[in-house]
Amino acid sequence: MNVKKCYHCGEDCKTESIHFDAKFFCCHGCKTVYDIFSSHNLSYYYDLASSAGTTPKAIEGKYDFLDSNPIIERLTEFNDTHLQIVNLYIPHIHCSSCIWVLENLNKINNAIRNSEVDFPKKMLRIAYSPSKTSLKEIVSLLAHIGYEPYISLNDFEHKEKPINRSLIYKLGVAGFAFGNVMFLSFPEYFDLSTSKTNGGEFWLNQYQDIFRWLMFFFSLPVVFYAGSDYFISAYKSLRSKILNIDVPIALGITVLFIRSTLEIIFDWSSGFFDSLTGLVFFLLLGKFFQQKTYSFLSFERDYKSYFPIAVTRIQSNGKEETTQIYEIDKGDKLLIRNEELIPVDGIIINGNAKIDYSFVTGESEAVYKTSGDKIFAGGKQLNGAIEMKVLKSVSQSYLTQLWSNAVFQNDKSTRFQTLTDSIGKRFTYIILTIAFLASIFWLLFDSSKAMNVFTAVLIIACPCAIALAAPFTLGNMLRIFGRKKFYLKDTQTIEQLAQIDTAIFDKTGTITTAKRGVAVYEGLQLTEQEESLLKNTLRASNHPLSRSLYDLLSEHHIVTLDEYEEHIGKGIEGVLNKRHIKIGSANFVGKNTQEKIENTAVHISSNEAYKGCFVFKNNYREGVAEVFKEMSNTLQVAILSGDNEGEKNKLEDLLPKHTPLFFNQKPQDKLAFIISLQDQGKKVLMVGDGLNDAGALSQSNVGIAISENINIFSPACDGILDATKFQQLFVYIKTSKKAVKIIKWSFVLSLLYNIIGLFFAVTGQLKPVIAAILMPLSSISIVLFTTIATNLLGKKLK
Amino acid sequence: MSVIYVLLAISISVAILFFIAFIISVRSGQYDDSYTPSVRMLFEDELVKKTSEKNQN
Repeated sequence: MNVKKCYHCGEDCKTESIHFDAKFFCCHGCKTVYDIFSSHNLSYYYDLASSAGTTPKAIEGKYDFLDSNPIIERLTEFNDTHLQIVNLYIPHIHCSSCIWVLENLNKINNAIRNSEVDFPKKMLRIAYSPSKTSLKEIVSLLAHIGYEPYISLNDFEHKEKPINRSLIYKLGVAGFAFGNVMFLSFPEYFDLSTSKTNGGEFWLNQYQDIFRWLMFFFSLPVVFYAGSDYFISAYKSLRSKILNIDVPIALGITVLFIRSTLEIIFDWSSGFFDSLTGLVFFLLLGKFFQQKTYSFLSFERDYKSYFPIAVTRIQSNGKEETTQIYEIDKGDKLLIRNEELIPVDGIIINGNAKIDYSFVTGESEAVYKTSGDKIFAGGKQLNGAIEMKVLKSVSQSYLTQLWSNAVFQNDKSTRFQTLTDSIGKRFTYIILTIAFLASIFWLLFDSSKAMNVFTAVLIIACPCAIALAAPFTLGNMLRIFGRKKFYLKDTQTIEQLAQIDTAIFDKTGTITTAKRGVAVYEGLQLTEQEESLLKNTLRASNHPLSRSLYDLLSEHHIVTLDEYEEHIGKGIEGVLNKRHIKIGSANFVGKNTQEKIENTAVHISSNEAYKGCFVFKNNYREGVAEVFKEMSNTLQVAILSGDNEGEKNKLEDLLPKHTPLFFNQKPQDKLAFIISLQDQGKKVLMVGDGLNDAGALSQSNVGIAISENINIFSPACDGILDATKFQQLFVYIKTSKKAVKIIKWSFVLSLLYNIIGLFFAVTGQLKPVIAAILMPLSSISIVLFTTIATNLLGKKLK
Repeated sequence: MSVIYVLLAISISVAILFFIAFIISVRSGQYDDSYTPSVRMLFEDELVKKTSEKNQN
């Protein structure tokens, strides 16, 4: 049988493929979406990009909270009786088909007035009439066509941040002034040898004042608006008694402006307005280039973007109501449905829970809890509905308390001195020394020239090229890494990554995959008939373990069972031709065991006789052993896991000898471990994936989150690495080191220009035109050098 | 008055005109999303073609 691809989502159609409208679909969900699209004249969706869709998930009851008015009020950008506007984050947006279909939503629901996609942010902005439809209907519609929006507690708290466009404005102002000043300087460039004193060109003498004053006026907004950040930054750094690179820049701008103004007032010369505006323009250009952001990723997520907005509360009269999470009080009764997140700490009062804590604690196995047991916020219920009684409110829960730690309050960037700043410090001292020495020399020799030389040194030494080297190298490197699916928060992270000497890894989800791929059978050999019965029984179950075991077993003929029963939280039973099979937990199949269970196992008994069990092993990512082997040569590596010691032996085999392994680490322990390393002067890289690593990721010098799907939640970090690129992690670190080397080389190059310029300055021959040539020349050659060098580095990356 | 003043006035007012246009375009959010419009622009054409095909049928 040749495998058909689903027309909607592109997945392989399995045995139960659906033939509809001369097309194949892998499931009813995909077929339904196709049906919706084709019946609303939207089948152009499939022409734009083939199989762009995704299988919609079941959403029943999931969005009931969107009926509540206070929640709608908080989520919408504009709310009126006639019009509501809402911005939704839709992770699935990935191609032009998505943009097209989402912007044509009004063909499906005509109450939607307008919908607009912001592709880089993966946001959809919908304006609709609330009288004809509701937010819940719209969200359900989106979920039905496979574009389920991601709504979390975070959306509830934060209103749209005002967009900061000041850098674009400043760049615009500087560019505008630079162009015009250059244009107005042309007459003077062409008339270098003459001036009013020695006769000179009549035309220029006649009009030079108007040209010069125009240049002066153009430079005003550049100095006082576009360049204002440099003055503020220099002032701040001087006040905290650190010299950063902005100090010599601010000094250079000030001296340029004052000297040029004095020159035109007293009619000495044309001033350096061209260099001044050009300098600010190039510097801002560097800033702009550095400001590459992955707007669809968020690096500042805390538990709030993982938590739902509302849960179902059971009132004292037994009625269910949807309640906002912050309104939950101690003592309330909550209903947690299958696949829902437990938002607060509490006690189970009804039902059997199977809770997946992997994201909060790092334990890879779901834990079973029964009535009366305590459960913690952040776990995901996997096993039908439970009722629970609230013990603590959201902000006081075990997990959320981690965020009250001071690590999350202070900004990492203030703790790090960049290479540019440390160079800038020495540079400032040297320049000031040269300036003073040169002016003292001229004071003794020819005092009329002393002031001229002093200012000329400060002007020519303005470290424009140095200030540009890092933004362009790192900005370009950031883009290259982004193309290789390694997304960094900012350019500073690359510099930090280059200094790493210790690498700490989380286990669950970081070096293991979330998919369970390997199951080993232990016990008595199963007969052919038993295996067939096992496969057919599993087929009926929707439990994640059943599904993954089903996929692992070899094909058998599909037969209908005589009897099938699912015992929630325990296992499943099937009967065929009087043969009876039980699949599930050890107790359920009748195996009495007192052993401590450290691995996930599915036990099987046939006709009430225990047969054996399938043990699921953690599945390690490809290349883990190689990455650790390479890293351990130059870095200190260690494993910090929230899980139990069940995998200890396997890890010891896999990793280089004497790799420290730590198990049963709570989130706070991980954080404390990183701090203790940093106290020893280590530069720590933390690689993690879940909320349990959040503290460690935040405290470490560089925190990298590994993510199977970069669009779904990952904790606050400095970088997000796509899981498929895990093997490349060490290569990326080495590349960062090389990038820093490029910056150092460009510092050398720009110092050469400075020395040439200083020669003119110290000898008192600095003419405006020399400055106007030297400054852009050095800047442009630095930009070229760094761009070419980083692209060469990028070519070597896989 | 010399013609140079007239020329300067013209050149500067043209430059300022463009500068104002730039400010307005930033303010209206044109620079916020620089990718989607480039894709959206291509749809309109295809859509018109599609409806006209339908009319022919």
